[in-house]
Amino acid sequence: MSLPATTSKFESAVLEHMDAAYNLARWLTRNDQDAQDVVQEACMKALRAFDSFRGGDFRAWFLAIVRNTSFTLLRRGKDSPEGAGRQSLEAGAEVAAEPDVYDPQAIAIRSADALCVRRAIDALPEALRETIVLREMEGLSYKEIGKIVQVPIGTVMSRLARGRAHLQKLLVEMDSSRQEGTP
Amino acid sequence: MTCEEVHQLLHGYLDDELDLATALQIEKHLPDCPRCRKELEAAQAVRAAVAHPGIYYPAPSALRDRLRQAIQSQTIQPLSIQSQAREMEPPPITRFFAPWWMRPMALPGLAAALLVVIGSLALYLPSHAPRGEIDALVDSHVRSLEANHLYDVESTDQHTVKPWFAGKLDFSPPVTDFSAEGFPLAGGRLDYLDGKKIAALIYRRKKHLINVFIWPADETPDGGAPETTTNHGFNLIRFDCKGMVCWTVSDLNAAELQQFVDLFKTQRAASTRS
Repeated sequence: MSLPATTSKFESAVLEHMDAAYNLARWLTRNDQDAQDVVQEACMKALRAFDSFRGGDFRAWFLAIVRNTSFTLLRRGKDSPEGAGRQSLEAGAEVAAEPDVYDPQAIAIRSADALCVRRAIDALPEALRETIVLREMEGLSYKEIGKIVQVPIGTVMSRLARGRAHLQKLLVEMDSSRQEGTP
Repeated sequence: MTCEEVHQLLHGYLDDELDLATALQIEKHLPDCPRCRKELEAAQAVRAAVAHPGIYYPAPSALRDRLRQAIQSQTIQPLSIQSQAREMEPPPITRFFAPWWMRPMALPGLAAALLVVIGSLALYLPSHAPRGEIDALVDSHVRSLEANHLYDVESTDQHTVKPWFAGKLDFSPPVTDFSAEGFPLAGGRLDYLDGKKIAALIYRRKKHLINVFIWPADETPDGGAPETTTNHGFNLIRFDCKGMVCWTVSDLNAAELQQFVDLFKTQRAASTRS
């Protein structure tokens, strides 16, 4: 049984990283209720495992639990959990294609439209989406992301490159489709 | 360094993850290479788009409160009861909150459901009775976040935001940037309440957004006591300020929102004196 002092330490650590936890879960599950369930479950898991947490980076440790809990929830009910995981990684490989042109202006125009940006991120394959969220929204280093996602630092960089390229393509396409749509 | 090499390392460079020597080599390459420069700019633009505060999903304050309670109660309950409690936990109320009273239910089911609902209400509903105005303001806050209509004018400069309202409103809302105090101004928007035009200012606090709704008070005497309430997990504070009614709505915690309100009132009092 945990001592109250440990618990209050845990509580303040968890509350400090609550936004990061919810944001990650929200982007992985793409759903508010699921994200809340994930964070709640991850919290309880983390509390039970807190005794085994020996200092170090609490945020990375906690976010890794949130991530795993999200995947457990996402895979629940799927026919082949492993197949689903592989599928999303392969989908990530498919979009590795480079954009035809680099158009910073079009991206800037589109980025004013929060809904479009969210839709574009939602459309990313899981592996790229989580890397983008951890890097761009939480500002984690490659090393920290590598630890959470359990891939080498080089893979973090290439996923970010692919994720950004994919987002760019999506945002530019949305931009031109809107222009065509308005006479 | 060739374009291909730069291309391979560009994101590491953008994220400040390269060693100094490699970064310098890239910096040497960029001025002479429009294509690589353009690629870098595009990546920067994508990064800015994703880092925009309207993209982030901050934790709902109801979740925060629920977890605080859960963590605290966890210490005194043995594990067996904890897991039982988890299984019995009612589904999050928002899933069937809407018109639960209209759902066809068998009577025994209704009694059980009522228990669940009453239990959950304590967690989810504010202590004050919800009122039309509060509901409308929370709706407006949520819509501003979700429906891609956060700003009509996006600027951290109060001298851009304030003049923007001129000609759109028959009053001039107080606009001050509180960047130094940790509440940067993000922009302004025209909003509607009960069919009248009101001003909405958007401020940021870390990843949270604060909407300040402002309209002229009809005959409210100045200095009325601030009113604090919560609605659907959002914190709201109303205060009167030199003939204006101001409502702040945010998922920010109540203490920090109060801090913001104090700042706003102090600044407003100072500016009307000078």
